[in-house]
Amino acid sequence: MSRIIVDETYCKGCGLCVDACPEGIVELDQTRINAKGYHPAVLVDEAKCTACSSCATMCPDMAITVWRS
Amino acid sequence: MADKEPRIVFQRPKSLLPVQMHYCPGCPHGIVHRLIGEAIDKMGIEGTTVGVAPVGCAVMAYDYFACDMIEAAHGRAPAVATAVKRVHPENIVFSYQGDGDLASIGMAETVHAATRGENITVIFYNNAIYGMTGGQMAPTSLPHQVTQTSPYGRDVHTAGYPIRVCELLKDLDGVAYLERVTVDTPSHVRKAKRAIQKAFTYQQEKRGYTLIEIVGTCSTNWGMTPLESMDWMRENMLPYYPLGVYKDIVAEGYENIHEAAKDRAKNVPIVMQEAN
Amino acid sequence: MGEKVLMKGNEAVAASAVRAGCRYYFGYPITPQTEVAAYMSKIMPKIGGTFLQAESEIAAINMLYGAGAAGARAMTSSSSPGISLKGEGISYMAGADLPGVILNVERGGPGLGSIQPSQQDYWQATRAMGHGDSRHIVYAPNTVQEMADLVYLAFDKADEYLMPVVLLADGLLGQMMEPVELPPEKTEFPEKPWATTGHHNKRPHNVANSLYLQADKLEAKLRERYARYEQIEKTEQRSEAFMVDDAEIVVVAFGASARIARSAVVSARAQGIKAGLLRPITLWPFPNDVLEATVPQAKAYLSVEMNMGQMVDDVRMAVHDAHPVRFYGRTGGVIPAPGEVLDAIAKLAQEVGA
Repeated sequence: MSRIIVDETYCKGCGLCVDACPEGIVELDQTRINAKGYHPAVLVDEAKCTACSSCATMCPDMAITVWRS
Repeated sequence: MADKEPRIVFQRPKSLLPVQMHYCPGCPHGIVHRLIGEAIDKMGIEGTTVGVAPVGCAVMAYDYFACDMIEAAHGRAPAVATAVKRVHPENIVFSYQGDGDLASIGMAETVHAATRGENITVIFYNNAIYGMTGGQMAPTSLPHQVTQTSPYGRDVHTAGYPIRVCELLKDLDGVAYLERVTVDTPSHVRKAKRAIQKAFTYQQEKRGYTLIEIVGTCSTNWGMTPLESMDWMRENMLPYYPLGVYKDIVAEGYENIHEAAKDRAKNVPIVMQEAN
Repeated sequence: MGEKVLMKGNEAVAASAVRAGCRYYFGYPITPQTEVAAYMSKIMPKIGGTFLQAESEIAAINMLYGAGAAGARAMTSSSSPGISLKGEGISYMAGADLPGVILNVERGGPGLGSIQPSQQDYWQATRAMGHGDSRHIVYAPNTVQEMADLVYLAFDKADEYLMPVVLLADGLLGQMMEPVELPPEKTEFPEKPWATTGHHNKRPHNVANSLYLQADKLEAKLRERYARYEQIEKTEQRSEAFMVDDAEIVVVAFGASARIARSAVVSARAQGIKAGLLRPITLWPFPNDVLEATVPQAKAYLSVEMNMGQMVDDVRMAVHDAHPVRFYGRTGGVIPAPGEVLDAIAKLAQEVGA
């Protein structure tokens, strides 16, 4: 299955990936914060991920690794 | 149908060190850094690249790129880059500069490196404001734009009109390639990536001076969210600073700046004489 | 070896720099040192070096910074107002521990001043080339031969101590012609593993930088650098002593002033005054040791300078005000005559009963 891995050490919860995802399956997790105090981005529906990499393309912090299968 | 072996199709470039960058959340500086890193990786030039960092938000770029880096005095990166390129002509040398660094204090260095046709690549991040020092007016700040030093809005009667850098530099004979891009959507980001890679390629091919202007945002000092600032940029900055290729001497049919310059001055006897 | 040629000071500096291995010169025209740039513009293309007339003295010093970072032997030259422009760049070189050679062929100042020789930039050269805590070796030639010898030495010291080294000359030395024996062409140079040459995948990246946002880290860096400066103060003092051994009036002068003072000292001796000349060759490190050694037999000191009195402070410090330290000078581009200096020596001798 295609999916993204968000490295929460880098994520600043900026939301650019959320806006970019054409499937609308990336969200900022409002229930928790990372070590820097940001709500990290998470993939909420792996089944719909196409590995289009739009999220990773927009991420200013290179927090996202995209796997395609 | 059997699943293919999963493979990575997108990850941090090797030429960007695995460190946290200090930029504000949603600041496009990080995107541009990545695009430079992707170009360096793709071209396999990390070992021969030397980058010159500015004074401004990107001052600590020397900690982010894996290639050799030099921190330059404010505005002087093109002079520093010039020297590095003259000492190591086979290296790829780039400078990374913001509005104040490139178009205010560094305007002479910008114009003269371009004039000399230095085979360097200047990456110019234009967000119409001085970010690092807390949001003052920049040479590229728009009329009526409120900043810390234009609290009533940029008054064109006092401060004049913004500088359009690509337009300003395009008529210098030393300039081989100028393109203005932005990074607000994946499509635009990919276009910016191609432009940056083309600039480095032209440098490798010794075409002449190359500059990529990236129109960007500063959500912190504009007082907006990252997404809101992308909207503001689209509405106000892109019409003022139109995207596109402003000069490409290779596309015009010339090998390099020297051929283009000679053709431009073909009626001038001293220009056409053979070298002594 | 041994061949003497008649050369102008400015040109001798350039010719010798090239022999020291300098292959990059960045400069800008300003009187009275433009001949350095003109000479470099002729010679560099012939030897595969680079001459670049920069857009300003600011650009030139930043080019020197870049060339130094990239591991090259490089040089810039200017005169007083242009040297002021280089302040930030020199400070950056000091803060990034980068080598380079800077020549100041002084003229009258302040401001646009005059185009005649002066020594008005002594304080600037020894205290304030750029902001921040830093020191750099300052050489003060007084003959065309020393213009050649000291610039040659400057490149070695710059590389050895990783600092900008300053050559403080004046318009007289820059413009005069004297016979000079140029030093031999250098062929071996120190390795620079720290230089930003591109890492070629053989090492981690090198970074040339002077920014340390954590104050304690910057302090630590400065203490480390000052340990090096202390070493230099111990080992790099240079001076020339003329008739100083039994001198009661010790004249202290450098550069062009020293040539004039020397004549005055000879005349003073003829008049029965036990005068001597201590000529600093390094203005930093100031020849404190040698000056201090004169205290037992000296009765007074006379600092002779082409300014309103700058080095005189360093003379006072060197001798700890053990005896009267006086100043004689002309400024604005005016060069004192030996007779004036003789009068000052005689007056001081009378004052202290020498």
